[in-house]
Amino acid sequence: MTKQVTLTIDGKQVTVPDGMLVVDAAKEVGIDIPVFCYHPKMEPVGMCRQCLVEIGRPMMDRATGKPILDDKGAPKLQFLPKLETACTNPVSDGMVVYTQSEKAKAGQKANLEFLLTSHPLDCPICDKGGECPLQNLTMAHGPGKSRFLYDEKMHLAKNVPLGDLIFLDQERCIQCARCIRFQDEVAGDAVLGFDERGRSTQIVSLSDPGFDSVFSGNTTDICPVGALTTADFRFGARPWELSSSASICSQCPVGCNITFNTRREAMSDGRIVIKRVMPRQNEEVNEIWICDKGRFAYHYAESEKRLSKPLVRKDGKLSRVSWDAAARAAGEAIAKAKKDLVVLASGRLSNEDLFNLKSLADQMEGKAVLYTHMGGGDLVSLVGVGQGTNFGSMGEGSTIVVVASDLYEEAPIWYLRVKQAAQRGATLIVANPRETKLDRFASFVIRYSYGDEVKTVHDLTKKGKIGDAFVKAENAVILFGSDGLGLDGSTALATACARVLSDTEHIGKPNNGLIGVWPRANDQGAWEIGFRPEENLAGALKGKTVYVVGADPAGDNPALAKALNGAEFVVAQDLLETETTKLADIVLPVQAYTEREGTFTSGERRVQRFYPAVPALDGTKPDFAVTSQVAKEAGVILEGTSASVVFDIMAEDVKSFAGLNYARLAEVKPQWPIVGRGDLYYGGTTYENKHGLGAWLSSAAGRSEKFTLPRVQKVEELRPKEKKLLAVPVTKLYDRGVTVESAKLLNQRIGEAFIALHPSAAEQFGVEAGERVKLSLDGVSEDVVVKIDETISTGVVLVPRSMGLPISAPTEASLKVAKKVAVR
Amino acid sequence: MSYVLLRHRDIPDINTLNVYKKNGGFEAFKKVVTKMKPGEVTDTVKASGLRGRGGAGFPTGVKWSFIDNKIWPHYVVANADESEPGTFKDREIMESNPFQFLEGVAIASYAVGANAAYVYLRGEFWQVAKFLDEKIAEMEEAGYLGEKLFGTDYSLHIYTHLGAGAYICGEETAMLESIEGKRGMPRIRPPFPAVYGLYGKPTVVNNVETLTNLPMILANGADWYKNMGTPDSAGVKVFSLSGRIRKPGNYELPFGTTFRQLIYEHGGGVLDGRPVKAIMPAGASSSFIVADEKVLDMQMDYATVRTLGADLGSASVIVIDDTVSIDWIINKTIHFFKHESCGKCTPCREGTYWMMHLIEDIRDDKHSTANVDLLLNVARQMQNKCLCPLGEFSTMAVVTGIERFPQDFKESNKQVLTEPA
Repeated sequence: MTKQVTLTIDGKQVTVPDGMLVVDAAKEVGIDIPVFCYHPKMEPVGMCRQCLVEIGRPMMDRATGKPILDDKGAPKLQFLPKLETACTNPVSDGMVVYTQSEKAKAGQKANLEFLLTSHPLDCPICDKGGECPLQNLTMAHGPGKSRFLYDEKMHLAKNVPLGDLIFLDQERCIQCARCIRFQDEVAGDAVLGFDERGRSTQIVSLSDPGFDSVFSGNTTDICPVGALTTADFRFGARPWELSSSASICSQCPVGCNITFNTRREAMSDGRIVIKRVMPRQNEEVNEIWICDKGRFAYHYAESEKRLSKPLVRKDGKLSRVSWDAAARAAGEAIAKAKKDLVVLASGRLSNEDLFNLKSLADQMEGKAVLYTHMGGGDLVSLVGVGQGTNFGSMGEGSTIVVVASDLYEEAPIWYLRVKQAAQRGATLIVANPRETKLDRFASFVIRYSYGDEVKTVHDLTKKGKIGDAFVKAENAVILFGSDGLGLDGSTALATACARVLSDTEHIGKPNNGLIGVWPRANDQGAWEIGFRPEENLAGALKGKTVYVVGADPAGDNPALAKALNGAEFVVAQDLLETETTKLADIVLPVQAYTEREGTFTSGERRVQRFYPAVPALDGTKPDFAVTSQVAKEAGVILEGTSASVVFDIMAEDVKSFAGLNYARLAEVKPQWPIVGRGDLYYGGTTYENKHGLGAWLSSAAGRSEKFTLPRVQKVEELRPKEKKLLAVPVTKLYDRGVTVESAKLLNQRIGEAFIALHPSAAEQFGVEAGERVKLSLDGVSEDVVVKIDETISTGVVLVPRSMGLPISAPTEASLKVAKKVAVR
Repeated sequence: MSYVLLRHRDIPDINTLNVYKKNGGFEAFKKVVTKMKPGEVTDTVKASGLRGRGGAGFPTGVKWSFIDNKIWPHYVVANADESEPGTFKDREIMESNPFQFLEGVAIASYAVGANAAYVYLRGEFWQVAKFLDEKIAEMEEAGYLGEKLFGTDYSLHIYTHLGAGAYICGEETAMLESIEGKRGMPRIRPPFPAVYGLYGKPTVVNNVETLTNLPMILANGADWYKNMGTPDSAGVKVFSLSGRIRKPGNYELPFGTTFRQLIYEHGGGVLDGRPVKAIMPAGASSSFIVADEKVLDMQMDYATVRTLGADLGSASVIVIDDTVSIDWIINKTIHFFKHESCGKCTPCREGTYWMMHLIEDIRDDKHSTANVDLLLNVARQMQNKCLCPLGEFSTMAVVTGIERFPQDFKESNKQVLTEPA
């Protein structure tokens, strides 16, 4: 344990770990020292000079090393002639700090006056107004009258786009460099910098495209003035008009804690709508950060394609009916189908929704099929990371393996946290067939060929530097993904990962075990509840009564559309109109997760609650309630009124959920740093967590159960053949998924459908970067733009998922030059 | 007395390797590498009383002894950024007596166990850098730099590094940032460079003039050096004399020389025989000394100048006569510091900008009392709050100028200002 030191701040005694900064120690005892440049998540720089305080240190006798005492026997204190910055000075034993003395107050006030000489007086139209550290501090300490002549204020550009998401107001900027340092130290995308010097110093983007980072939105939270605003929220609302609701991000398996800020909006016909998404502190999940997809991709629930009425097909046409009629029709079809019922649901749904669906399938003796391209979740249930796992606590002694996943694109906050663990000293092993952003921070980079995933994982236990780093590590975590893999391949990979973790005893304890980098937020929840993917999905649907929930197989893949057309009966339950709802016999409209409550299970197997943020769209119901109503018509009784009761039943039924309930998930504990209180200048505008930190599911290994891991199933490995291309699927953060497509801002970032080729493959096919080609996969052709990636192997073409080309697993591809276009 | 630093004035062609060698060149370096332990070199320099010539006057040997021997490698950086208005001594040394300077760098490097040393030059010194590169190459050729010097295990390489034209890079931590390829902005101290310096490693940063003293000190002994100058300020100093003076230039004199000797004996007196009104002893960063007959007879050493309410600093003595109004001078210094403020810390970035507006207003408004008071207030408000000395320096002339020459800021001050020659 680190040494503890005791000091006195404004007469209060505080005992804190050695090395802590004075500003943080003050925070511990509720004393707010004003700061602008200092942020508890970043290294101190001492540049804004706002935190000036008086610091006295006991005078030491050089000979004895003991404090010199005064007449009264108290240690004599030595104060420097100048004020010191609380953010750069570490605490020491016997230190005495005055933050409110006349001298300290004068210093803080003087500094504030300096800052205000260049600051515009546009608080009334500034987005930050109301939650602005500079405004608050000026109200508290600032001079009432300016001694600086208004005419001499610098006038600068007020809406400089740093990229398409973030705008800079140069007049408001106080050059604290928090944004620059966040991008550099925390995000690892050093895309911002200072230009010019002195009073002309300005923030600039150094990247092309501008502000090229998926973490850019966080800079607006920690900006202590209104200099950085998001293109999404700027001039959108005043902070004091907003209500806030705790929620969980549904974009990826990380499960970032977020807060929805809502307001009644004239532009939205007077409805209450989400105005912005803010991070909510959970130091074990997302700390105080979120990625730009989570922040900006929330508009889909307001889509014009939103379903609001139950529909039943009559005379070949879908027509509106009452809920009762629709549920009765669906229930009858399901009752008739019995074991020919296939429930096809995705990890977009909550645990409660999935549990009701699984119960229905079980009662009918039908199948509960998970709609996914990625397997292995059952293994994660056995050897998933132990309760108490926290990337934030990993450093020296921990080994983190990332295999077949591009975390920056698939789960950005895991990328950020794994990177930081590596920077703290954890051994990071990145194994991927192509270069990913995480490679830069890895101790070891393993580059294998597509198809060699299992072998690569087995080699982790071989003797040698990498093997030692994994086997002998005190703690080891493997994150596995589906880069270039389909269901078979990812299942085999998961099995191999589970086996090596088990063989090296890296299971059943904190900071050890397996994590799946799933395509959807609640995939792991679906696996826990018992949903399993189907190897031949099209075949499994044929002739069956299919209850499709939260998925659009027909829109994703023409082969599945065909299979659904060949089904006996299709009930589609969804938020928006899709290709699947268009061909269904019955369509059931549901509420968005922002309109109701429920829980998601993250990839780390943490169950977390989300709460209603906006009123539900008229005529819609939550999924679990719809399923309950349908089930009732089929003769099956399921809880349909309370999500928390569904959860309680689930906790009785599903072992890994045992002992959990909504109250337990809503518990909070003190977190460091302290954020979100009145002193926004310290942590930023991120929200304090008052609504629950969630809880880990138990794993079989954690419960010390006996289990046998399956053998790795031999997968037919497709290899590139001469003069042929092997198409492999990869995941992009900004794809044509419905959440991104309906967010106008991010839409620009999706870009055109593209493929990536090795330079020599491009040469072989006579195409160049930027050229348009026709790519055919399993009989489906699409025009795509060629990108060149020299880190992939020559016979491979990377095809991003959800960009227009249906690809679920590696497959052979053919390529034809479509038409010559100008090469950029 | 013969020159210690400006030896080229005694010895023609000392900037060639052969002439330098013939005059005892590199013998000191050879002696320390082959016969002395690094600690002994440091002790000799400590005993000599040599103090840093960059401005702060910190004892050089003591500075070396702070270097952290638990962390390696170590670096030596020669501060050749010489950007203080009124200071032009290092340039003459490097241009005319380059080997003595480079030998000094080598001795310092040996003393602190550095195998790499950097000479950081201001961007405008690109010709000097090119010249030094040639001299370094000659030394490598001759076996005075490179691997396994003089048959020992000691190796040393010296590299020149050019800045991009920023006064702030003369501040040692900003200089280190600049060498590392970053923006020249000062770091927080502590940690000091002796613990966390270049590339995060223990580093000694010494001024060119400081380093140039070393070969002679090691050759002639600590006592020889200590016997020059005053007890407080040992040795000799190159005084850069400028302003309203007949013969501006560099004058190498022992510490303790009086202002009168410098100005009248060496500098030929004030232009047009005018009286000395004020002295800025350390360039634009100076406080103003009110000059009178008594002050002119004061000795120039660190301790004595402090009794006059100023610092000797880099000894860039700017002479001001009664034709020059002090508000004109601080207008110049404020513009300089406003232009050179790096922008990192608030008081300096905003304060220098504010002061610039105020001094302009003072000029245009014919010295309104309110603006003069505010200017003094703003300058005082900046003091003791800045991240590095630049911001503090910017206030020195302002505060002492207004305080010590109030008549120059009165509305009645209708003096016609002349550009100094």
